[in-house]
Amino acid sequence: MSDKFDVREGFFYTKDHEWAAAKPDGIEVGITAYAVDQLGDITLVNLDVKVGESVTAGKAFGTIESVKTLSDLFSPVNGKVAKINQELEARPELVNEDCYGKGWMILVTPSDPTEKDKLLSPSAYGELLKTVSH
Amino acid sequence: MSTDTGPLKRTALYEEHKKLGGRLVPFAGWEMPVQYAGIVEEHRAVRRAAGLFDVSHMGEIELQGEHAAAVVDYLVTGDAAALADGRALYTCACNERGTILDDLIVYRLGREAFLIVCNAGNREKISAHFRKAAENHCDFQDRSDQIALLALQGPRAIEVLGLAGKDAAQCADLKSFQFRDAVVANVRVTVARTGYTGEDGVEIFCAWSDAVHMWRTLLELGKPMGIEPVGLGARDTLRLEARLALYGNDIDETTNPFEAGLGWIVKMNKPMFVGKEALAAISAGGLSRKLVGFEMTGRGVARHGYSLLDMAGNTVGVCTSGGPSPTLGKNIGLGYLPIPLGEIGTTFQVDCRGKPIGAAVVKTPFYKRNRGAA
Repeated sequence: MSDKFDVREGFFYTKDHEWAAAKPDGIEVGITAYAVDQLGDITLVNLDVKVGESVTAGKAFGTIESVKTLSDLFSPVNGKVAKINQELEARPELVNEDCYGKGWMILVTPSDPTEKDKLLSPSAYGELLKTVSH
Repeated sequence: MSTDTGPLKRTALYEEHKKLGGRLVPFAGWEMPVQYAGIVEEHRAVRRAAGLFDVSHMGEIELQGEHAAAVVDYLVTGDAAALADGRALYTCACNERGTILDDLIVYRLGREAFLIVCNAGNREKISAHFRKAAENHCDFQDRSDQIALLALQGPRAIEVLGLAGKDAAQCADLKSFQFRDAVVANVRVTVARTGYTGEDGVEIFCAWSDAVHMWRTLLELGKPMGIEPVGLGARDTLRLEARLALYGNDIDETTNPFEAGLGWIVKMNKPMFVGKEALAAISAGGLSRKLVGFEMTGRGVARHGYSLLDMAGNTVGVCTSGGPSPTLGKNIGLGYLPIPLGEIGTTFQVDCRGKPIGAAVVKTPFYKRNRGAA
């Protein structure tokens, strides 16, 4: 089952299907291809945090609405929001089209440089997807 | 809804759904496809061309005998006794309190034979209700496990059906809510000009064992027209745009037909039926709330169960159905509001998980198909 979904090298993952990626100016956060597939057509991305506000690992920083349902967006890491992807407000479909790229959601300045080390590696996340029943 | 926690049932088309990439989810005790290509794409296929739905999970009950008409008529709010052969009726069954047990379609197969189609989640309840009423009066049969049901819907649905043989093509003559036995793709079926999408189309009753052949044939024949298999997800967005009630969401045993906007399916001049007295009292006392359609004016999506707030923030009602409308490109919903707030244009708020988001009452249906000169 996991082969069906794009799991990228160089990214870190949560069991809730968010990803985190180290960038020069912080940790970028988004949702995985599996999450996108489960949601279907995405119609609204609500980012409830503002630049400068704190996010907590495992706590919601927003919600995402698809035609089918509403889901929480959980922060993979602790830190402060450095940037928000404003483009998603007008174009939520970017998450469907390019969830690991243009569909990024927030950029976080981690409270600790080791934050991302607590997350799942691509291979561990790939294993998790194998166990997710369909 | 059924609370049965036993193993999920599968329709005759389960393997077909899997082959088509359908995502199967539990629904009312059944394992049903929620989507194949995607809800929006499937929704658009039905609005523009045609879609094929497996709705075999629906319940089918047959009553036969001299008194079958009287029994059905006693159990439903509509004028089932006045139905002619080959005619169907959208109606509901109420309890003694005048609230809704289920919404139904009653088909008069013959002077002494009726078919009742009920919601999958209510099958056991409705089956027991009809069985009890039929006792000592007429024959009762729950045929849900023998009858498969496919819905072929969309502006080109009749054209697709027409490719399935001469008799199938002649089904184009059926008017809305008419049905007849027919041969479609060399199989004996019953074709009804009914549906749950707001589009033209038919529903096809066939034997469980013929369902795969019927499904494959219609998808194949409809290919040039752009037919797509459609799951429960788009079935919900389509019916919501057409303001067709969903049992368990918009109507249930806490709602009466009048407040649900279904007064037109209640015939108070019938001599008697279950719930008549209560409905007469409800009608005489006046309604306190009604089911209205609304559009979100702010950035948010209303969902089933969300509170509706007045502009001062007081809870005044509840959203019963909501979501994006693929056709309108807006977020729409249905909900119960106090009568004074139910006027078209009235603004209110939806409590979207703690955030009040603006909404306004609008006319329904949200979407009405173009009934052209054709």
